[in-house]
Amino acid sequence: MALETAYIQEKLSQKFGNNVLNFEMKRDVFSFEATSDFTHEVIQFLKEQPDLNFHFLTDLCGVHFPDNDENHQFEVVYLLHNWIENTRIRVRTFLPASNPEIQTITDLFLTANWMERETFDFFGITFKGHPQLKRILNMDEMESHPLRKEFPLEDQGRTDKDDRFFGRIPTTTL
Amino acid sequence: MSELLLPPEHRYAKIIEKTKNEDGSELSILNLGPTHPATHGIFQNILLMDGERILDAEPTIGYIHRAFEKIAENRAFYQITPLTDRMNYCSSPINNMGWLMTVEKLLNIEVPKRAQYLRVIVMELARIADHIICNSILGVDTGAYTGFLYVFQYREKIYEIYEEICGARLTTNMGRIGGFEREWSDEAFKKLNTFLEEFPKVWKEFENLFERNRIFIDRTVNVGPISVEKAMQYGLTGPNLRAAGIDYDVRKAQPYSSYEDFDFDIPVGKSGDTYDRFCVRNAEVWESLRIIRQALEKLPEGSYHADVPDYYLPPKEDVYHNMESLIYHFKIVMGEVPVPVDEIYHAVEGANGELGFYLISDGSRTPYRLHFRRPCFIYYQAYSDMIKGGMLSDAIVILSSLNVIAGELDA
Repeated sequence: MALETAYIQEKLSQKFGNNVLNFEMKRDVFSFEATSDFTHEVIQFLKEQPDLNFHFLTDLCGVHFPDNDENHQFEVVYLLHNWIENTRIRVRTFLPASNPEIQTITDLFLTANWMERETFDFFGITFKGHPQLKRILNMDEMESHPLRKEFPLEDQGRTDKDDRFFGRIPTTTL
Repeated sequence: MSELLLPPEHRYAKIIEKTKNEDGSELSILNLGPTHPATHGIFQNILLMDGERILDAEPTIGYIHRAFEKIAENRAFYQITPLTDRMNYCSSPINNMGWLMTVEKLLNIEVPKRAQYLRVIVMELARIADHIICNSILGVDTGAYTGFLYVFQYREKIYEIYEEICGARLTTNMGRIGGFEREWSDEAFKKLNTFLEEFPKVWKEFENLFERNRIFIDRTVNVGPISVEKAMQYGLTGPNLRAAGIDYDVRKAQPYSSYEDFDFDIPVGKSGDTYDRFCVRNAEVWESLRIIRQALEKLPEGSYHADVPDYYLPPKEDVYHNMESLIYHFKIVMGEVPVPVDEIYHAVEGANGELGFYLISDGSRTPYRLHFRRPCFIYYQAYSDMIKGGMLSDAIVILSSLNVIAGELDA
């Protein structure tokens, strides 16, 4: 790996000081945390610095941590990739439950458009400046955000569903 | 414009209202899909059309969304494999193996070489099956039905090989954490060898039918081209990206399952149009065949699964007579296996691009969070951009050349 993690860390810390923290190697991916106000700048810096050159957004997703404190309820995870040096980097940022809002990165990567819509759809995280922030996989009328931990799966033992309506004959009548 | 077709607050309705001609002619709306025989899956596109030309398109997706990520948060690790089948159902073994490798990476399981090679063989078979579907259906959309019927029987032969390996055909649920559920039978190898003997001739003929075919060239060259910069901006991976000219392939960039042992090339195109995508997929089939031949030749002796009693089910006979086996069996089936706290991203080269699994484990029996990086979902965004300015019939051809699989798109 030509791109040293120590070098990336140094460059980032130099530029952003205390707004980038918790650098660590998570298995084979170098990851760190950025404060939510600076995420856009950090990603722009990673993308546009010629010696860092993280030019490809591989993945973007949300995570919900209901057990964390108020300011760390939601996490947005960005996975960037530098194909030339073949290095991946993970940028994470935490958002408060009361106002999960973050700057969009659709101006940097067109591909972030649907990824952010998906994150909004499932977690209710708002991306400021997104060109068309609406639900993508679920229907527009839905009110809740289904990947939040408090959203329950259907109870496997529920009995109010009549099997006959689903083309199945209840075993008791066989 | 009828309100039934488009609500008046829709942005297209406003555009139509604004651009109305004096003689009363206006732009029109065409609803392509969700269930349309030419879309090969359930996607809807609202097209804003000027006669035959497409000015703009608005895709709606999510028609077969099944919330796999939510279900996965409530299932033990081994129960998630069948969910992955149902994403890209044209090449389910790649998805299965990708997921199993993610779990093995989490659990630090070293899979024996033999199992790794067998996995490579079955993944490349899946890639061939997927490319057969994509390319032959692209032929159907341009009006060539014969090629499709001709090569499709070889997809059937691949499914017969799957059947010998795991008993299933389409949604395979193949492999277990640590390797395969059983040794491949002699019949499986026999069928594989027959396939390797017969298929190249057929595929060569299929290529001959299309590659220099005047009608096919007219329909595909310079249709839906995408530049390298755009392709990267839109997050294209796999054959669609390589057709634009970048040789990014996860099999080379981050080799998994011993791909580094094999000698193969990455075919690339130049213009990123439909014809290039077709050619890249054709060439990839040859490379896959090359990998399978090498893997069969070098196939090492050894076990078909890792020796990890904590995660790999013991033989059923032992469960009845042996206390340890009974305990392990019970614990594995109930999902009560030791899992470390960790965060993993593992990517495999799916038939359509980089298929990634982002897994956060908190040490409990289920993943805390599992995110699938589904290549189809990501590159389908580029579709509306690619069809702009083209004819309606081009839109159909571009859609099939992108090989968007509804199951993977919606997860």
